[in-house]
Amino acid sequence: MERVGEVIEASTTGFVAQCYELYQSPPLGSLVKTRDLPLELYGIVYNATTTSLEPGRRPIARGKDEASEEEIYKSSPQLLQLLRSEFSALVVGYRENDKLYHYLPPKPARIHGFVHLCPPGEVKEFSQSFDFLNILINTHLPVPADELIAACLRQMSQVYEDPHPFLVVAGKELAILLSGEFNQLKAILGRIRTS
Amino acid sequence: MTQEDIGGQRLGIVVSGSLNKGIEVKLHSSASVEDMAVGRYVTIEGNKRRFFGMITDISLGVIDQKLTLTPPDVSDPFMAEVLAGTSTYGTLHVLPTLTISGDATSLLEGPQPVKTVPSHFSAVNLASQRDVELVFGSEDEKKFYIGTPLDMETKICLDLPELVKRSNGIFGKSGTGKTFLTRLLLIGMLQKGTAVNLVFDMHSEYGWESRSEEGRKVKALKQLFPSKVAVFTLDEEGSRRRQVSTDFVVRIGYDEIEPEDMVLLRQTLNLTEPAVEAVYQLSRRFGKNWLQSSLDLKDSEETRELLKEMSIHESTYQNLQRGLATIRRLPFFIPHTLDNPVKRILEYLDQGINVVLEFGRYTDITAYILVANLLTRRIHAQYRERMEKAIGEDIALPHPLVITIEEAHRFLNPELASQTIFGIIAREMRKYNVTLLVIDQRPSGIDSEVMSQIGTKITCLLDNERDIDSVLAGVSGKSELKSVLSRLESRQQALIFGHAVPMPVVVRTREYGSPESYKDFIPGGEAEIRKQAEKDIEELWE
Ligand SMILES: Nc1ncnc2c1ncn2[C@@H]1O[C@H](COP(=O)(O)OP(=O)(O)O)[C@@H](O)[C@H]1O
Ligand SMILES: [Mg+2]
Repeated sequence: MERVGEVIEASTTGFVAQCYELYQSPPLGSLVKTRDLPLELYGIVYNATTTSLEPGRRPIARGKDEASEEEIYKSSPQLLQLLRSEFSALVVGYRENDKLYHYLPPKPARIHGFVHLCPPGEVKEFSQSFDFLNILINTHLPVPADELIAACLRQMSQVYEDPHPFLVVAGKELAILLSGEFNQLKAILGRIRTS
Repeated sequence: MTQEDIGGQRLGIVVSGSLNKGIEVKLHSSASVEDMAVGRYVTIEGNKRRFFGMITDISLGVIDQKLTLTPPDVSDPFMAEVLAGTSTYGTLHVLPTLTISGDATSLLEGPQPVKTVPSHFSAVNLASQRDVELVFGSEDEKKFYIGTPLDMETKICLDLPELVKRSNGIFGKSGTGKTFLTRLLLIGMLQKGTAVNLVFDMHSEYGWESRSEEGRKVKALKQLFPSKVAVFTLDEEGSRRRQVSTDFVVRIGYDEIEPEDMVLLRQTLNLTEPAVEAVYQLSRRFGKNWLQSSLDLKDSEETRELLKEMSIHESTYQNLQRGLATIRRLPFFIPHTLDNPVKRILEYLDQGINVVLEFGRYTDITAYILVANLLTRRIHAQYRERMEKAIGEDIALPHPLVITIEEAHRFLNPELASQTIFGIIAREMRKYNVTLLVIDQRPSGIDSEVMSQIGTKITCLLDNERDIDSVLAGVSGKSELKSVLSRLESRQQALIFGHAVPMPVVVRTREYGSPESYKDFIPGGEAEIRKQAEKDIEELWE
């Protein structure tokens, strides 16, 4: 299982993790999990940032005399130490005693908990229920919900041999959840269509 | 996503409705509206009981009205697939009519009329063959297979003993299959021995071979059941030409025509009101022989005196004479007969032999009304006498008798229904063991009270609004049945409702007219005919 980071901030509805490698954040919409035994918390990546390690100090432009972007990092290797990549995940469910729940866990993630990218089998298992879509629709996030939902479904669909049936069922679920908001539905469907 | 279950194909769920107006069913997204059809059966799995009902309407719905204003791009197959059954959906309107279930008590009691509706979100499935059988029963010594429901192989059966307890009607516009249906019903009654029939066969289609609209020869009762059917004819020559094996040639004496018969003929003979009045006066004067005597009146002073005496106006007299001349021109009316057709008919009926009276070339409505009315009146009187006697002396009742008449509105229109024997029979139900089978293409012409007494109605396509209304008057679920009725196919489909069926049913009428079809009717015993049927099949291949 691929380890992608470590929890550095946590709340009931989400957590922030720092990546071990700069820029190594999991893709937008991917399913990640962190353990806090006996619970395993599942989250959907909704945001990623790369910022200066020291708050308030912003990097400055350095490439004026360099031939390529790579050269910048090569000539100042300390740069990698001065920056950090983080990603935020929205908690959408948890597992306890081998049972999956598609709603918020009783407590938030643990700081320093390792964060893993879920392998295809687990994504399949988790996506058997679309109850998590409701959380995605109803949470106010810095990214537009349409984008996040579409990204998440695209990510999940990739673990299926034929993504089409999965996306149709997901689309139907959305059509019900978003009845009355046809424009939003249309926007999402436009972003997950397979052909 | 399709969910098949043991019952049949999953259609959707109940979303609203009422007992009176029927149930709304939201179609499951896997079921296409285009595959649905009014008249089909569904079962509804309520919490406590199963309901059986019929689809009576199909409609389209959208969750968000905005969709109808800015329709989505359905040329995008993904969009179309997602929206089907969610944002856009089909709804069925279902009329629940019975509750059925498989447990022991309900098997004994059979399907029961609905008294409530299924709860919210109960699953709705297409009825399976078994469900339909549970409701309509299967062929047995009482039940006669009349047709199959739409898109199903199951047999829909009529309970014949139940059927003949009341007068019944077969309706439909011309060419929809009334005659074929009537043949089937007659065969049913004959096979199940539930009643003897007397058929006034205006177009000579029931006794012996005739041609279908396609020019195919179609056999009739006597050919299939020679020992159980007697063919009487009014047109000896015509019957002989058609090589019909007839049993009796009917002649009717003038002295058998009574004033009441003339009342019925008022419209067809263009008689005036006073002319009908005059008939009564003449009969009072001349007695039984009034018709002959009236015809014999010479254009003389004497006659004028007589008319004056009876205060019959000259023009009235002329009007009447023209009418009587029409009757005289019918060759089967003769001044006096030695043999009595009523007696002969009764002899056959008493032996349980069915009588078909062919009119041959006399398809004129005057002849039909006059003969049917005249014979029926007497036969009914006999039945009445016997019934009263049988009840009084506690002896066996006469065979239940079913009298078939065509063009029924000519006998049973509001003006005549109260006066003719047919109106009386229709209204007295089975008091004297006589009921009617009326065949008509213009049911709106039939008196509404008579219509309401008709136990089971079998109706093919009708397209006149008034005809549809008159057939469905007083039926629960009328507006739903109306939409079913007006969408029947133009032939060989019928809506059956009333006494002999547990709920309204649309059938594709059982095939009749092919050699195979005959074989199914003929009981194993009649080997001769069975052989003939087989020969007929063989001949098809030559
Ligand atoms: N049960 C049936 N089996 C076979 N053909 C039928 C059947 N019912 C109707 N038809 C066809 O439809 C035509 C019209 O039927 P018919 O009974 O003569 O109509 P109607 O008496 O209503 O004018 C027939 O000639 C026949 O071809
Ligand atoms: Mg006919």
